[in-house]
Amino acid sequence: MLTEKSIAAGQANLEVFSETLQALAVYDRDILVVTSDSRGSGKLGPFGVKFPKQTVEIGIAEQNLVGVAAGLASTGKKVFAVSPACFLTARALEQIKNDVAYSDNPVKLVGISAGVSYGALGTTHHSLHDFAVLRAINNITIVAPADNFETEQAIRLAAEADYPVYLRFGKKAMPLLNSEETTFEFGKGRVVKNGGDLTLIATGETVLPALKAAQKLEMESGIQAAVISMHTIKPLDYKLLHEFAANGKPIITVEEHSVYGGLGEACASYLMQNNFHNRFKIMAIPDEYTVTGSQEEIFNHYGLSEDGIAREAMTLLGT
Amino acid sequence: MSEQELARLSVEYRKKILKYIYKAKAGHTGGSLSCIDILNVLYNDVMNVGPENFSSPDRDRYIQSKGHTVEALFVVLADKGFFPESDLETLCQYKSHYIGHPTRKVHGVEQNTGALGHGLSLSVGTAISAKLDDKDFRVFTLLGDGELPEGSNWEAALTASHYKLDNLCAIIDCNGLQISGPTAEVCNTEPLDAKFEAFGWSVRQVDGHNLKELQDTFAALPFEQGKPSMVIARTIKGKGVSYMENQLKWHHGVPSAEQYEQAVVELDAACAEI
Repeated sequence: MLTEKSIAAGQANLEVFSETLQALAVYDRDILVVTSDSRGSGKLGPFGVKFPKQTVEIGIAEQNLVGVAAGLASTGKKVFAVSPACFLTARALEQIKNDVAYSDNPVKLVGISAGVSYGALGTTHHSLHDFAVLRAINNITIVAPADNFETEQAIRLAAEADYPVYLRFGKKAMPLLNSEETTFEFGKGRVVKNGGDLTLIATGETVLPALKAAQKLEMESGIQAAVISMHTIKPLDYKLLHEFAANGKPIITVEEHSVYGGLGEACASYLMQNNFHNRFKIMAIPDEYTVTGSQEEIFNHYGLSEDGIAREAMTLLGT
Repeated sequence: MSEQELARLSVEYRKKILKYIYKAKAGHTGGSLSCIDILNVLYNDVMNVGPENFSSPDRDRYIQSKGHTVEALFVVLADKGFFPESDLETLCQYKSHYIGHPTRKVHGVEQNTGALGHGLSLSVGTAISAKLDDKDFRVFTLLGDGELPEGSNWEAALTASHYKLDNLCAIIDCNGLQISGPTAEVCNTEPLDAKFEAFGWSVRQVDGHNLKELQDTFAALPFEQGKPSMVIARTIKGKGVSYMENQLKWHHGVPSAEQYEQAVVELDAACAEI
């Protein structure tokens, strides 16, 4: 059971990212952080102080950030290119497509304060398109870790990956999610909770409200909902999806992304093309001018919350 | 390599560029002919790179930002022995690796380019890596004057001077023509020397077809310690073929059989005079 205490005990995934990188950089001088005036917002201030020769500041120039990162990676450097997800995956998209993915320069692109983490700063600072645009580009692994465990594991794997990776982080403190699984691989979804009445598939910071919703359903209605942290959006874990769809029970996907082109549509595409007819719902940010407010308020507004997800589950179950 | 040897090679390269563009019925003819003397001098007189050391982390790097003039690069790489020249018979054919822009599937190509405004950032990253590791290799990149309005070039130009990348040399193939007209009319970027000097570069202007001047210029690298070097090479689009020179339609024009024959006659005559 998650408690407020356990939630408070977690750190922001970004902080875990920074601490993990520092731990790796001590033993590996090829690890580089490349930033676009984003050391502060990326929690990388301490990294820059400890490892000044492993920090390359570009200034506010995201296209150049990615191009320079690709050049560095081509020489064998293990490059983490860090910038707010909204700018990194929009302004520098052509550099991601050509200099990183097409040229196969194994840059680790780190989109910070992703989704609606910047909340009230508005649409300019939201990234609700990144899964969609990056999914359509060949040769890039897309990962949105849910909790501190997944974050640390993802950073360690990314550091050694000889292929391009996009890592997506929010700003919110995240607890360690209940799970008996202690292994982590890109492309392998993590079962956070088992349950046979329906399946909630979430990614990144929406895994927590999905898990809370599952617990609410169990406590209030005796409904057993499985919860999957589908941290890797691409390559998607089709095997796990297949396994959980096989019982014919409803499936709900939950993501901090546009309803178009993200986790939900990726799952729907697989399910339809493999003759699954489970009742199915994509919970995401609708195609409209996004409401203003904090991340939590935006989540609540669009139902990406404990109550909203539980309500949708009851609707889908017909109860 | 002597100036005379380089001059002969330039004519040979021009003939091969036309041969394979004529065969493929596709290619960027005018720009390949304007930049070929620069590539000739770089690969045969300046850079420490060849098939024998291409996997060495210490090799000099060449990144072609103006990727569309790939025919010039392919011809030089074949001559250096990176791959058999006969491979170019497949230029732009179905499933050929020899496509209309540089790709790493071709031995000797450092980066996949083609979209404009990318080469300088890639080169800056590569040059920063050399500085971080105290390596001596140098990075050369060829830009087109027509691609300079891409803002990413100027972002990269700032970073190059900020990090004092005197191991980086950019060359602008200034042929003054781009697909829709004279560069000065499409988007005037002059004065280029003053702009790059203001961005912290050390700048020299050269006749991009004067092999001796190119040799001497590259021999003087870095032009200043602690500054990236910029070579503004004034060139002629379609250089070496009378009816192509300074003619916009040869940006990606393909010669007819008759035009191809005439070009070969002109280039053979030029070779005989060397």
